[in-house]
Parts: sequence; C-alpha cells; structure tokens
Amino acid sequence: MIDGDVIDGDVIDASTVIVCCGSGGVGKTTTAAVLGLEAARRGRRAVVVTIDPARRLADALGLAEGLAAEPQRIELAADGAWTPGGELWAMMLDTAATFDGLVRRHADSDEQIERILTNSFYRNIAGALSGTQEYMAAETLHDLHGDDRFDLVIVDTPPSRNALDFLEAPGVLARFLDHRLFRLLMLPTRGGLRVIGTATQPILKAIGKVVGSDVLADSVAFFQAFAGMETGFRERADDVVRLIRAPATSFVVVAAPRHDTIDEAVWFANQLIDQGVGVTSAIVNRAHPQFGDGSAADAVAAADGARHAGDDVLGVLWDNVATLRTMRDLELGVIEPLAEIVGGDRLVVLPLLDSDVHDLVGLLVIAGHLFDHPVADG
Amino acid sequence: MPPKSEFPLQSLTAARVVVVAGKGGVGKTTVTAVIARAASDAGQRVLVVELDGKPALAELLPDVEVLAISAPEALDEYLREHGFARIAKRLNRTGVIDVVGTAAPGIDDIVVLGKIKQLERSDDYDLIVVDGPAAGHAITFLTSAAGLADAVSSGPVRAQADDVLELLHDAERCQVVLVTLPETTPVNEVVETAFALEDDVGVQLGPVVVNAVDVGDPLPDDAAVRRAVAGLDDASAQGLLDAAAFRRSRREMEAGEIARLARELPIPKVTLPALLVAGLTASDVRELAATLVSETGVVT
Repeated sequence: MIDGDVIDGDVIDASTVIVCCGSGGVGKTTTAAVLGLEAARRGRRAVVVTIDPARRLADALGLAEGLAAEPQRIELAADGAWTPGGELWAMMLDTAATFDGLVRRHADSDEQIERILTNSFYRNIAGALSGTQEYMAAETLHDLHGDDRFDLVIVDTPPSRNALDFLEAPGVLARFLDHRLFRLLMLPTRGGLRVIGTATQPILKAIGKVVGSDVLADSVAFFQAFAGMETGFRERADDVVRLIRAPATSFVVVAAPRHDTIDEAVWFANQLIDQGVGVTSAIVNRAHPQFGDGSAADAVAAADGARHAGDDVLGVLWDNVATLRTMRDLELGVIEPLAEIVGGDRLVVLPLLDSDVHDLVGLLVIAGHLFDHPVADG
Repeated sequence: MPPKSEFPLQSLTAARVVVVAGKGGVGKTTVTAVIARAASDAGQRVLVVELDGKPALAELLPDVEVLAISAPEALDEYLREHGFARIAKRLNRTGVIDVVGTAAPGIDDIVVLGKIKQLERSDDYDLIVVDGPAAGHAITFLTSAAGLADAVSSGPVRAQADDVLELLHDAERCQVVLVTLPETTPVNEVVETAFALEDDVGVQLGPVVVNAVDVGDPLPDDAAVRRAVAGLDDASAQGLLDAAAFRRSRREMEAGEIARLARELPIPKVTLPALLVAGLTASDVRELAATLVSETGVVT
C-alpha cells in the first residue's frame, strides 16, 4: 500500500549528502532543486549539483546566465509565504574540468600535468570514457562535502540504467589504470615502472593497423603520462566510496508513474538495497490528481445518468472525471511494486500540475506537496 | 526532398533507414514500434534495430524482426569479414579495444552504424527502424563518422566511417525522426537537437513526432461548466469544475507548446494521441499505428 503522502523531514535534517537517482526524463533535476529549496527553508546551507541541467531549471532558480561550474548562491527573498532560514546554492557538473583538477592534484610535476592535459587521448576520455561522468559526479560530491560553505550536498546522478555505476564509479579510473594495455606498456624495474617501446609489442602493431597509428601513439603517450599516479587515484576513490556509503548519505529514487520508469526504479532500489545503502525515499513525479470523491466507475455511471437525462454537457464533464480517475488508478497500480520494495511510507506521489514549473514559487509548491507545509496553498 | 505524401506513414518512412531519437521519457521506443508496426502492416519487410539492450521492442512487436546490435559484437564481426580475423581474436582476448576505442571516441558508434549500413545494403529489408540513443547522445552518435574521418587517416575503421558518412548524407537512404512531448523542456530540447543535427551531421530530418497529445473531446468553458453543475451537491460540483479546469489548462499548455514548436522548427510534424494507459502493450501500438494511415493522422 502507498500510504505515505509526504516525506519525513529527516531525509533532509539528518543527511549531509542526498543522492537522487532514476532514469532520464522523470524530473530528477527538478526534484533535486526542490529538495535543496526545502533544505534552505529548514535552515540548512544546501548546494545542488545537477548534470546537464535544462535551461528551465536555471530560469526557475532565477539564474539569468544559466548554471555555472562553480556554486552560485540563489537569491531567496522572504515574501510572506516563507522565510528561508538557510541558503541554497546551485552548480552544474563540469566533467572535463573536474577531471583536470584531479590530474593536477595527483601529478608529481607541472611537466606531468602539462603532458596529460594536452594529450588528445586524455581530452577524449575526460569527456567520453564510460563511467567518467559518474566518477566526476562522485568526485565533485566529495569536494563539496568538505567545503565549509555547505552542510548539505544534493547530487542529481547521470541518467543511467545501472544504479551501481554511481556507486562503483570511483573505481572506474583505478580499474582503467589496472588495464592490460597499461600493464603491457609498463615494465616493472628496480626503480619502479618503466615504459617500453611500442615496436616491441606485436599486439600494439595490430591495434595500430585497425584504429590508425596516430590514435595508438596518443593512447600510449597517455598511459606513459599517467605513470606514478595510480596510487593517488586509488586512495581518492576509496575516500569517495566511504562517503557514498556513510550513514548520513541518503538515496532518493525518482520515477514517473509509467510502467517502464517504475521498472527501472524498482531495479535501482533493488541494487541500492543489495549494496547495503538502502533507499531513504522514493518520489513518483507527475501522477494525475484525484478529482472529487468516488471511483472511475462512479463517474462513468454518472456520465451515463446525465446523458440519459438529456444533459450532454454534464455527460462530457463526468466523462472527463472518469478519464482522469482511470488514469490515476492505472498510475497508482503501476507504482505499487516500487512501494512494496521501498515501503509505502517512504514513497511519495507528486501530482501532475496544470502548468510547467518556471520559478521559485513553482518549486516551493512542489516542496509543499512533498513535505506538507502551507506553502503549497500559497 | 521525399515526395509529398497523403498519410504520415509515407513521410515517416521516406528513407530506408529511419533513426528515431529524442530525450529520455518522450516515447522514443513507442514511436519506433508504431512506425515499424504501421509499415509492417502495410506489407513492407521491416527490421527494428535496438541499441541499448531493452527487451521492450520485441514484446511490443510480436511478429516483426527485432535485432539488438552491440558495439563489441559489431566490431568483431566487421574485423572478421574484412580479413582481420586474427587481430579480432587478439583484441577480444586482451580486451584492449575498449581502451583504445576511447582514443578515437566514436569507434563504438561507427561500427554500429556500419552494421546498420550493411543491413541497408543487403536488400533484405524495405525499412530499417532504429531505436536510437537519447537526444544528447544522438548528436555524438551521428557525428561519430565525421569525427573519425578527421582523426583517423587510414585503415578499416576509416573506411567504415566513409561508408557511414555516405549513408547519413543520402536523404533517400537515411533520415532522423525526432520525438518530443507537447511540454516546455522536451520542445526546447528537440529544437536544439534538430538544428544541431542539420548543422553538424547534415542528415535529413523526417517529420518531428509530437507524442502523447491530449486529443479528447473539447470541454465546455468555465461558465458553461458552472451552469451544468448547478444542480449537484457542492463536493461533486467542485470535483467536476476542478477536473474540467485542470484538463483545459493542460490542453492549453500543450497547444501553446505545439504552436511554439511550429514557429521555432519549420519542418513537418506528426501527432500521436495520448492513450489512457500507464504502460504500452502490443495492442496499444496497433492502435497508434492505425492513426498513421488514417484521416486522423495529420502531417502539419
């Protein structure tokens, strides 16, 4: 049964990190912004990190120039409807710049930094290697968590079929550096690792034939440039994993009331439970609201009755109620498996609104629905 | 230009390869299934290609051939067929190709597109419908050929890129059908993607499909609703009033977004109606496919 119609405020009050996960197009970014706004209302200093944010979100937050790669403070004026006790900051993830920062931190010399940052293989993987975006989201999370300006970090994870991608992301680069190609290029010597020549390796010649020799030369140069940095990367990855698994880190699964996205949300929830982190809350966005009392069948009967009495206008109106109630019934039915997994009291169904969210007031209305406070009526 | 057509199906299937693309959650897989269904029912030999391992398409299209293509398998097959069997074996054994593949991003995409090109050339199918990647990735997916042709000067991967470019630039062989919803963010995104695809890829755009449009009977205005509910108890009256206002407001928003899309993206549009379901089945696909070949289906 879905019996929780609001979220327990503990999700915000007891967390230092909130991770929002879910498939694409379910309103994950908006949900992250709503949680951030609610946190500010409750007196927290919250920062929201979004991935590939829609222009509309920047507009809703009043950021005329769009979101930046550095946290920006959002103007929250008390206007009678509410008084923000805390602060809201927002930024977007810049995968390539975060990766650059990581290289700068772990490299031994300016010369090594320069060699890596200008390598074209590096420029490609910084933006494109699968798992890089997830890893950099985790890395950014770690940085912000240690930043004194904030006491709550809310991240919106990249849309991904696999909840594990985010949990495991920090290990991706470490594994990458464990890769056979890397080991093929490096010979252990008394003084550490030494790069061997490409020509001595038949496999490399074979690869060069397929992908072209310039491409191969770039990748070899990349691995050579990274020599010596693996340990630092691995330690950092371990820190990030510890933070993600900390008790004060909450996971919020976001979905839409459609069969396919609920299936994915159920999958996410199962993965999180298997991983031992659990689901703090599930939010299902945009379900049709209930209109009046009674069932869809009642409305169908009323429509028939009205037509029978010769009132076609009333018939059309009852038909409309019947359609909307049927839609709601179908949606609630589809949501049920998610409620079973996370617990009905941890799942909130948010109504489809009759217009788009385009400002802070719109975000506050959603926050009001989520946490049951009077702003929803204002 | 494809010939001007009577029903939406003709313009949606004007090229032999149709790549369906759109933001997550807009109904890309639905539109793929609906186009394939309608074309198959019209007697065409249809192949559906899916790229992200979702089993949904086979369920939605019980009697249409559905092929899942994955990049590692496509690369392996390509190398074997082009006299690189020994290299293919070594690459597989060492797992090195996934690392080197990132050196020239798009190697994954190019072998997949190359496989689609090979199927198109086989003459086994009249129509190949590809359930493409999400809108953002659609651009990198389709620009992979041009990017690789710049980065790689010779070798089988380069040859593959050249073949794919030829396919993408031929409007009779390939077009992209973008999918959106009648809402602000999806409309913004589809406009951006459409311009990026035309500018960066030079691929032919088919009609944009506006999915899940509320096309029910018109509702009376507020004054008429008030008159009609005058004799009811307060709670029922309020429910009817609120429900009518909600539906009218949603429809106004949808109409506004459809009008904005028409202004900002001057290419044909096809509308698919919203169905009263929370998850599509094969029979829903049949119902939607019928609208592509009837008077209710319109290209505007």
